[in-house]
Amino acid sequence: TSLAEVNSFSPSVPISPSSMISQYKFEDGPELRDLFITVDDPESHITAIETFITYRVVTKTSRGEFDSSEYEVRRRYQDFLWLKSKLEEAHPTLIIPPLPEKFIMKGMVERFSDEFIETRRKALHKFLNRIADHPTLTFNEDFKIFLTAQAWELSSHKKQGPGLLSRMGQTVRAVASSVRGAVKNRPEMFTEMSNYMETFSQKINLLDKIAHRIYKEEKDYFNEMKEYGAIHTLWSASEEDIADSLKGIASCIDRCCKATEKRMAGLSENLLPILHEYILYSEILMGVLKRRDQIQGELDSKVDALANKKTEKDLFSEEIGKLEDKVERANNALKADWDRWKQNMQWEMRSTFMNVAENNLRYYEE
Amino acid sequence: MEECLAKKMEITVSEAEKRTGRNAMNIQETYTAYLIETRAVESQSEGQCAPVDSLWRRYSEFELLRNYLSVTYPHIVVPPLPEKRADFVWHKLSADNMDPDFVERRRIGLENFLLRVASHPVLCQDRIFYAFLTQEGGWKEMVNETGFQLKADSRLKALNATFRVKNPDKRFTELKHYSDELQSVISHLLRVRARVADRLYGVYKVHGNYGRVFSEWSAIEKEMGDGLQSAGHHMDVYAASIDDILEEEEHYADQLKEYLFYAEALRAVCRKHELMQYDLEMAAQDLTSKKQQCEELATGTVRTFSLKGMTSKLFGQETPEQREAKIKVLEEQIQEGEEQLKSKNLEGRDFVKSAWADIERFKEQKNHDLKEALISYAVMQISMCKKGIQVWTNAKECFSKM
Repeated sequence: TSLAEVNSFSPSVPISPSSMISQYKFEDGPELRDLFITVDDPESHITAIETFITYRVVTKTSRGEFDSSEYEVRRRYQDFLWLKSKLEEAHPTLIIPPLPEKFIMKGMVERFSDEFIETRRKALHKFLNRIADHPTLTFNEDFKIFLTAQAWELSSHKKQGPGLLSRMGQTVRAVASSVRGAVKNRPEMFTEMSNYMETFSQKINLLDKIAHRIYKEEKDYFNEMKEYGAIHTLWSASEEDIADSLKGIASCIDRCCKATEKRMAGLSENLLPILHEYILYSEILMGVLKRRDQIQGELDSKVDALANKKTEKDLFSEEIGKLEDKVERANNALKADWDRWKQNMQWEMRSTFMNVAENNLRYYEE
Repeated sequence: MEECLAKKMEITVSEAEKRTGRNAMNIQETYTAYLIETRAVESQSEGQCAPVDSLWRRYSEFELLRNYLSVTYPHIVVPPLPEKRADFVWHKLSADNMDPDFVERRRIGLENFLLRVASHPVLCQDRIFYAFLTQEGGWKEMVNETGFQLKADSRLKALNATFRVKNPDKRFTELKHYSDELQSVISHLLRVRARVADRLYGVYKVHGNYGRVFSEWSAIEKEMGDGLQSAGHHMDVYAASIDDILEEEEHYADQLKEYLFYAEALRAVCRKHELMQYDLEMAAQDLTSKKQQCEELATGTVRTFSLKGMTSKLFGQETPEQREAKIKVLEEQIQEGEEQLKSKNLEGRDFVKSAWADIERFKEQKNHDLKEALISYAVMQISMCKKGIQVWTNAKECFSKM
């Protein structure tokens, strides 16, 4: 499949070629993809109780386990939240992609403004595609149901499985145990990861602040330049000989303004969202590391218990064996995921910054 | 065209020095003195250089010179001095008169002023100007001896006082209007330019933060480390580049400022003409009323109401002798008045002629200078963009290697 074909699945979404590459890139290359998802067409629904937005999710696939090769469903934000929590439940030590937040604290965007909806739509699109790209998550059963089930089917499926309360109970216990015995026996690799994540999270937050600041400064610059251009035009009205030169400068200033607008748009469409995503990612990763520690903690406490109780050795050793397996698998999965993630991140950062650089180039050329 | 002084003599204001001294009120003060160097332009084919003469002057002496020239040559658009205090500053530049950058720019402005005067066909021949350049001691006394302060019309100081001129010269009215517009538009432009400079400074400098964070981030990365680090370096370069760019722009701003002040000088010429015209009309009016009085006394008819006439009616008529005496005085005054009017008219026509010649010269100079200034501004912008392209191309390469 070439880039053109990938493009054809998202006719209404104006994604730039370079960001598409960054979204779909993974080790095997686009030729082996067999699952294509788009999120578009936000629609507003008004009921007696509430108003909410649904998004159209279109799936095209050649996989055997899917009954059909094309699906079109409508989902709302709540459904995405559900999917994320199911994935976290099933794979506590895998890195689940970030979802856009429920609200934006900045307050400059209203809940149902077009800008907010579009930003959210893009993020949801990315979310699903990242899951599809993930070698393990892509085969998750809940994921398949999310993509294919009709609205009523999804609701009834949601009601099955452990309820919210029990899940909450699990989380509380998990946090408690991880606080207690987390650091013991932790393989070196994960300590490194944890340290890395701390610094990384710090830096990403800083970059995000810097990028926002730059955006603001550029906006102010843009406003002043508009006035600047107008003055030159005004002046040209009182002059004869130099009127043309003045008008020339005024028109150049206008072009500068337009180029600045493009630069700002580039920032807000590419760099800012990605920086934000990685802020969320760093939180997610911290969570994953904690859960890993928690599982390790379970293993360790069982091992300790074994050392104290000589009886029921066999039962325990089986349990222990299982837990060790679990931890090992989790560790491996995490490590593999981590490496994948880093590569992806590198690629994304690289293309993002290249984008910024390109935009600046275009700005200066104009 | 007579040879301008500028062609015969090289003039530079080469240095500026801080001095302390006692002023007229015997209070100690700090001021800056400027070194004026002059050298006669001889045939330099044999590589011989004439000796350099030099003397020190301070800003107030320049002001005195300019005031003298404005009063002595009211029909000339006299070149302006650089500003007394720093105006239109954006936040990074200080508004301090002692700041070295400000002193430096003022030095250039003063040199420019001297060159402008020296290349003016009329002004360059003034002996006081020549003495300013060459005679260190006793120059101030020399200027005051010319008594120019007496000639200075105090009415000109009231800049906005209006004089009702019945037959204004349309050309001068238009010119005054133009000079007002020019002043307003240039000062507006300079204000906005200062704000634009401020904003641009902000944009560039914040990018410098990228440099710092990239460098810190690269410390924890393996594959991305080098790329990040060198990209960060380029961000630092980018942030630093704005300082030079904005300094260059200051010179452009100074060029515009010169014409802001020139507009004032232009306006002053229009005002002087207005005053002349006003005086002329007043004199003519006075003459007419005296002639009328004369006629009335002679014929005994009162055509217009006058308080004198009423009081004389109340207190009795004058004697014929008294009337004769009055008429005689009036006739003398009328004679005087007519001569004055004639000479004023002549003065006026001369003024208009020479003023208009200088105004044409000024217009050409202004158009030429402003065009050049605008072109150099555009060139500056292009070079700024080129630098930007270079930095971001480098950064892009670094990113691609991450």
